[in-house]
Amino acid sequence: MNLTNEDVQEILRILDASSFDELQLSTERFKLTLRRSAAGGWTQETRTLAAPGTPVTAVSSTAEDSAAARAVKTVTTNSSISPSTSSLLPAAAASGETPGATVAGLIDVNPPLIGTFYRAPNPGAAPFVEIGSRVGKHTVIGIIETMKLMNSVYAGAEGEIVEILAVNGQLVEQGHVLMRLRPHP
Amino acid sequence: VIFRRVLIANRGEIAVRVIRTCRQLGIETVLAASEADLHSVPARLADRTLCIGPPAPAASYLNAEAIVAAAISAGAQAIHPGYGFLSENAVLARRCREANVVFIGPTEEQLVAVGDKLEARRHAIAAGLPVVPGGPVSSAGEARRRAEEIGWPILIKAVGGGGGRGMKQVHDPSQLAETIELAMAEANTAFGDARVYVERFVTSGRHVEVQLLGDGHTIIHLGDRDCSIQRRYQKLIEEAPAPHLSPALRARMHAAAVAFGQHLSYRGAGTVEFLVDTAREEFYFLEMNARIQVEHPVTEAITGVDLVAEQIAIAEGQPLRLAQKRVAFSGHAIECRINAEDYAKDFRPSPGTVTEAIFPAGPGIRVDTHIEPGSRVPPFYDSMIAKIIAHGADRAACLGVLKGALANCHIAGVHTNIGMHAAIVEESSFRRGGVDTSYFARVAAAASG
Repeated sequence: MNLTNEDVQEILRILDASSFDELQLSTERFKLTLRRSAAGGWTQETRTLAAPGTPVTAVSSTAEDSAAARAVKTVTTNSSISPSTSSLLPAAAASGETPGATVAGLIDVNPPLIGTFYRAPNPGAAPFVEIGSRVGKHTVIGIIETMKLMNSVYAGAEGEIVEILAVNGQLVEQGHVLMRLRPHP
Repeated sequence: VIFRRVLIANRGEIAVRVIRTCRQLGIETVLAASEADLHSVPARLADRTLCIGPPAPAASYLNAEAIVAAAISAGAQAIHPGYGFLSENAVLARRCREANVVFIGPTEEQLVAVGDKLEARRHAIAAGLPVVPGGPVSSAGEARRRAEEIGWPILIKAVGGGGGRGMKQVHDPSQLAETIELAMAEANTAFGDARVYVERFVTSGRHVEVQLLGDGHTIIHLGDRDCSIQRRYQKLIEEAPAPHLSPALRARMHAAAVAFGQHLSYRGAGTVEFLVDTAREEFYFLEMNARIQVEHPVTEAITGVDLVAEQIAIAEGQPLRLAQKRVAFSGHAIECRINAEDYAKDFRPSPGTVTEAIFPAGPGIRVDTHIEPGSRVPPFYDSMIAKIIAHGADRAACLGVLKGALANCHIAGVHTNIGMHAAIVEESSFRRGGVDTSYFARVAAAASG
């Protein structure tokens, strides 16, 4: 289930052909950060989050394994790495780009700070917005929970939600694209 | 029983704190950590660390099953729950009993008795303690009748709440109906219990609490703490003893707290919180916290008692090792909670990686922290990253030590509220001592206006 060196090499080949300077991949079992270094080439930082085979991991292993499997599957089923893959974060801040329209004609909605993203005001409630929802600048499109505090995420522009990229309950960072909207002229 | 191995079901500075005492006592420590904390300072300090689940608290630190399973698999005889998370959870205490693992804390019955805030009020009345006028309400109409009876403004509180969460003030009767509904919905979401009650909102009061230790038979107190410096019901600065209380009022509060503990036959470390109306020399029972508290070091500083060691001794079944008349108080202590937040930007949380962590040291200074250069401050948990505790022969000496300590504390990589604490320590009414719970909002408004 853990990432092999071959996997990393394969990801690097794809990244090399892209314009991104950093990739962060998080699953239940590991975290991988790949950075384009100033001198050319890449640096790698891997953290194994749960050592396989520790007694307690086994206690809740069913749920975790399936979650990890899903996360890995997300990567393997997307043959080309694009910013729309939910666990990949284009490091806009690091490369000096403003996290703006990464898709022509659409506006990205980014979280105000790192945290856990929720699409609805509370569990079981209807999501704030769906694809096709018309939003205004101050329309709340989700919540970011950071350090036990809830922060509203605003659409930031007038338009229509055309893509929802972040998953409910997912950890998102500031450069992450939560949703995209098509602005109204 | 004598514990040889204890599982710590918590994180952050309190995990480090419990490990420290266990080491002194020759007890092996096993840390139950989430995936986000596997490389934390407590994980490295513990003799062994077990992963109990993903970072989200609901999947790890609030997962009683995983915690008890970890204790069993590690061969721990007891679980120390710290504060927050499941520290006052009767279900964890029951699971421990069923698994033949000692829960370091009160009995299940005592957790239920003080965890349900209405139940706690009933026990307080039965023990002869004064409570703030109020009572349970189940509808806006009933709330209105109660409010007319006790007088406006009122405070709506969640029966399942505590620690300042789930409280709402109502100053305008026309806002009552909608606020009650909102409070019930929020209480249901936050605590799984929609019940609320109302109390008269005391606009000017101090928050003073009394530290108790009990072995189920004998109850003693270790003096009081003033926790009036709060932002949105979250404590920021605590001190012991509470400044400028008359000896008579102080003695009555200590006696009331002990009476409450005796009424419950309380076992373990606990704190009885009071709202104090200093002008009228009156006090009211607020709630009891059935756990070790964040601010326990100020009591340790002025009494010399290691409260975690006493918790462990009581959980081992030993009778209290301290008699009331042997508890002596020396000097004054103040604690500042250092949080990873940007106080200049509306206290916005500031998770991230700490690049520099220089802490003060010297006579009268204690730092409880889990932070070092390179430490990650994850976004999943609360923002407290350190506590700076200063102790001096009297309050003036203590303030001097504290000022120097704050000046020598440097943390980079995340924003902190160190500068805010340094400003409060210089502020004249704080320096005089004995401010009420509205103090912080007032000085913050003055500073930003």
